[in-house]
Amino acid sequence: MIHPDDLIALGVTLKLAGISTLVLLLVGTPLAWWLATSRRPWQPMIDTVVALPLVLPPTVLGFYLLIFLGPNGPGGKLAEAAGQRPLAFTFAGLVFGSVVYSLPFVVQPLRDAFAGIRPGLLEAASTLGAGPRDRFFAIALPLSRRGYLTAATLGFAHTLGEFGVVLMIGGNIPGRTRVLSIALFDHVETLQYGRAHALAAGLLVLSFLLLLGVRLINRRGPEVRP
Amino acid sequence: MSLTVRCRFQRRGRGSFLLDADLTVPGTGVTTLWGPSGCGKTTLLRCIAGLEDQVDGRIQLAGKVWLDTDAGIDVPPHRRTLGCVFQDGLLFPHLDVRANLLFGRRRRNPPAGEEDVERAVRLLGLDGMLDRLPDTLSGGERQRVALGRALLARPDLLLLDEPLASVDAAAREDLYPFIAAVARREDIPILHVTHDRREAAALADHLVLMSGGRIAAAGPLDAMAADLDGPWAQGPDPVAVIDGRISDRDQAFHLNRLEFSGGCLWLPGPALAAGAKQRVLIAARDVSLSLDEPRVTSILNVLPAVVTGVRDRNESQVLVGLAAGDTSLLAVVTRRSAANLDLEPGRRLQAQVKSAALV
Repeated sequence: MIHPDDLIALGVTLKLAGISTLVLLLVGTPLAWWLATSRRPWQPMIDTVVALPLVLPPTVLGFYLLIFLGPNGPGGKLAEAAGQRPLAFTFAGLVFGSVVYSLPFVVQPLRDAFAGIRPGLLEAASTLGAGPRDRFFAIALPLSRRGYLTAATLGFAHTLGEFGVVLMIGGNIPGRTRVLSIALFDHVETLQYGRAHALAAGLLVLSFLLLLGVRLINRRGPEVRP
Repeated sequence: MSLTVRCRFQRRGRGSFLLDADLTVPGTGVTTLWGPSGCGKTTLLRCIAGLEDQVDGRIQLAGKVWLDTDAGIDVPPHRRTLGCVFQDGLLFPHLDVRANLLFGRRRRNPPAGEEDVERAVRLLGLDGMLDRLPDTLSGGERQRVALGRALLARPDLLLLDEPLASVDAAAREDLYPFIAAVARREDIPILHVTHDRREAAALADHLVLMSGGRIAAAGPLDAMAADLDGPWAQGPDPVAVIDGRISDRDQAFHLNRLEFSGGCLWLPGPALAAGAKQRVLIAARDVSLSLDEPRVTSILNVLPAVVTGVRDRNESQVLVGLAAGDTSLLAVVTRRSAANLDLEPGRRLQAQVKSAALV
């Protein structure tokens, strides 16, 4: 039912969403921890910057990313100095773009999960001999399990539906940077409604199932919080 | 292993507050910081534990310096070898009782031995609950686990911050013996914070009075409690503290005999081991006075005593300080009775003790 070319696009999409989610969790954890615990005067500023992709048109984001990552942008220059080609129109560039684009969807649930941990628990751990890293891994991380599930699901689902950013910086290279939403757009442009239907319905069902999963996880009893 | 503390700490912003405390905690027994809410007791404890930033001064336990602002020393809390029991236990909700107990043990070098774990479990009666999650425990059980968790971190100092405040009155009575047992068995100083007079009376060996962020007075509990002009006796419900040993048992009437320096008391209740140390509290309102030894009375315990002082309490009542041997007692009587008995220092009389609470 799904055309082999679309299967390739599906593969690229899943790979992009998977890698981006992984990177987001790694980058988002320290950022969210800082946002949850810092009392610095510039904390609200950073919090706002992280939230920007929620409201910014993806094309705006994509445009700046293109400038940044292109051969004449700082990112491109940096890549050149490291002996790499610029990231624009590569899969790595897509991952970079997706990470920026989906940042708030991962950082905000993590920030809220961390902020919901009673500070007393971390203090109790410190009086029992646990240093800062130890406290994070032994107390904060397990108590934020649900925040991580929500963050991972939202980050993954949001990257799946990415369009504007990809269009701006990824182009449409089959097997490399051509993702589902772009393929769908192409099918409509070329009036291949059958293939468009299959992709659209597939994305719809997948997104629904992911969000439903988050709901069910969050409904299963109260968060382990005294 | 005594603890010396000299610290200044300023909390700014809303509810700003200055703590300026100078304190020595003896190397054994329970030292209780007692004072009204907001006097800085808990803040002082947090400064000692290293949980507050920007504390000035010097904190030293035996040879170990934890804080010395002049020398630029400020040991972080996880390297201060102490144990803490907080007001509501603060057990880790994602770990079962066993993992909570062993949390600190795994993080100290050398760790507490296997036999220490068994001893703590036995001492605190935790046997049946090792696999349960904190959510399923009662308030009293949670505090026992918190106590065990702190002990198994092999602390050189045990800090108890209002450990019974979140526990209902009945469970509180049940917990005193556990804490007292820990104080007797473990050879470490215990610094205990409470605003509850009865809790202080039940647990303290030494009493430190705090008010307005400063240490107001400090000394052995019995002396502090008997000081007629001190805040303890001036408070709403003065209590005398008697430490003695169980010496005999009246099996037929279910009474234990407690011997202390001022005489002996018969106390109702289940049998206690002969020779066991026991503390009783005698509320001043439960002591009545008589010039002659009463011949026929329902009162079981009558102690010969000498008046040491009389203070007006209000328009109708006076507080009477008494000495029975070396032991201080307090009595509240009406002013009319005081006039009838001609109460003045040096007067000999009989103190009838209506009831005494075991702790």
